[in-house]
Amino acid sequence: MTIRHALLALLSEGPRYGLQLRQEFEARTGEVWPLNVGQVYTTLQRLERDGLVESDGGDDDGPQKGFKITDEGRAELAAWLRTPPDLSSPPRDELVIKVLVAVELPGVDVHEVVQTHRRYLVQLMQEWTRLKEYAADRDLGFGLAVDAELFRLDAVVRWLDAADGRIKRASLEDRDLPRAPLPKTPRKVVLRP
Amino acid sequence: MTVLELRGVSKVYGEGSAQVHALREVSLSVGEGQLVAVMGPSGSGKSTLLTIAGTLEEPTSGDVLIAGEPVSGMGRDDRARIRRRCLGYVFQDFNLLAGLTVAENVSLPLELDGMPARSAVQCGLRALDELGLRGRAGSFPDELSGGERQRVAIARAVVGDRRLLLADEPSGALDSANGEAVMRLIRAACRRGVAGVVVTHDAQLASWADRVVFLRDGRIVDQTVPASGPESLLTPNP
Ligand SMILES: Nc1ncnc2c1ncn2[C@@H]1O[C@H](COP(=O)(O)OP(=O)(O)O)[C@@H](O)[C@H]1O
Ligand SMILES: [Mg+2]
Repeated sequence: MTIRHALLALLSEGPRYGLQLRQEFEARTGEVWPLNVGQVYTTLQRLERDGLVESDGGDDDGPQKGFKITDEGRAELAAWLRTPPDLSSPPRDELVIKVLVAVELPGVDVHEVVQTHRRYLVQLMQEWTRLKEYAADRDLGFGLAVDAELFRLDAVVRWLDAADGRIKRASLEDRDLPRAPLPKTPRKVVLRP
Repeated sequence: MTVLELRGVSKVYGEGSAQVHALREVSLSVGEGQLVAVMGPSGSGKSTLLTIAGTLEEPTSGDVLIAGEPVSGMGRDDRARIRRRCLGYVFQDFNLLAGLTVAENVSLPLELDGMPARSAVQCGLRALDELGLRGRAGSFPDELSGGERQRVAIARAVVGDRRLLLADEPSGALDSANGEAVMRLIRAACRRGVAGVVVTHDAQLASWADRVVFLRDGRIVDQTVPASGPESLLTPNP
């Protein structure tokens, strides 16, 4: 999430002071993403320059300077909420590369490598789930943010499970069968430099 | 206090060339109030582990101890008594009896154990209360949603004074909200002192457990290490 749009969202509920914006942002995201004051003020300056927010005059940039959203700001926020994020080309995935390397390296037990990563991910998920168990019912924003984290990690675990099974099946099959040429595009997606 | 202990448990099905080693030298111990999840691919031996822990099957070798008592030393009747009094099972397909109401389903294990019907129903209603199902006591299983049926199955598994809760893919056919509800109920039972073992291939469900054990080809190959601090692994990504 961009700070820019998070601040616009808060201002769409009514005018706020800079310091207030930072506190509310952190409270709404369950303090999962801390912000520093500098980030808040530079972002507000840019929003004001672009005509998306207005300040209540006053030249000092102190914590008492108030901000409110403009009509252009509201339009920008509405458009942003509905714009799909770029999920089309994943960045080079370190974990995928490690498993691809482990498959080829002689003397490396790829299942053990996979399990090491799986254990780490599940431990991470246990910690998020513990936080969810105690806080999610009291704080909707926090519950949503933790779920997003859990679903993301879950997808990685599932990929590891699928990889584990695929590697096992491949090692049982005759490896000397002639390989069909690979289609180009999917390979590029995984290994894009 | 250890409620369930498996010591070097192996299980072989079939004979000769048709032999399947479903479990190999599995050792596991689950204490009072502890929830352990068992994860592993299909065919890795998860259900076998659970049925042996629940005294429904006997191991080929190794020992099962429930509350410190070796199951192998018990006679048939003692085993049946332990099953009715100390153990609760939750299965993927719920296994509720269609001809009985929700309240009757839940109090059944107590009645089988010789408790007078009146007190059994009282205990059953209390268990239903805790799971927010009091209003469904008079319904029949086929009048419930999938999520409600699974909650009834959990009520039945924790009714009375059960010490050990065994659940095999307890949210198999449920969506993620109902899956989470099931795990919250199991956690609540554990907070009251019940020892729990949940078998699942779903990492989100497993992550509710205190400890996750990984099964592969009948062997425990790994387990999670409890975190040292509440947020030791979590680093916020700004
Ligand atoms: N009653 C049985 N007779 C013969 N083989 C069985 C029996 N039960 C399970 N198995 C075999 O034992 C292995 C482990 O099965 P199971 O414990 O059901 O695994 P999981 O629950 O992890 O999918 C599998 O290979 C399965 O085919
Ligand atoms: Mg199974």
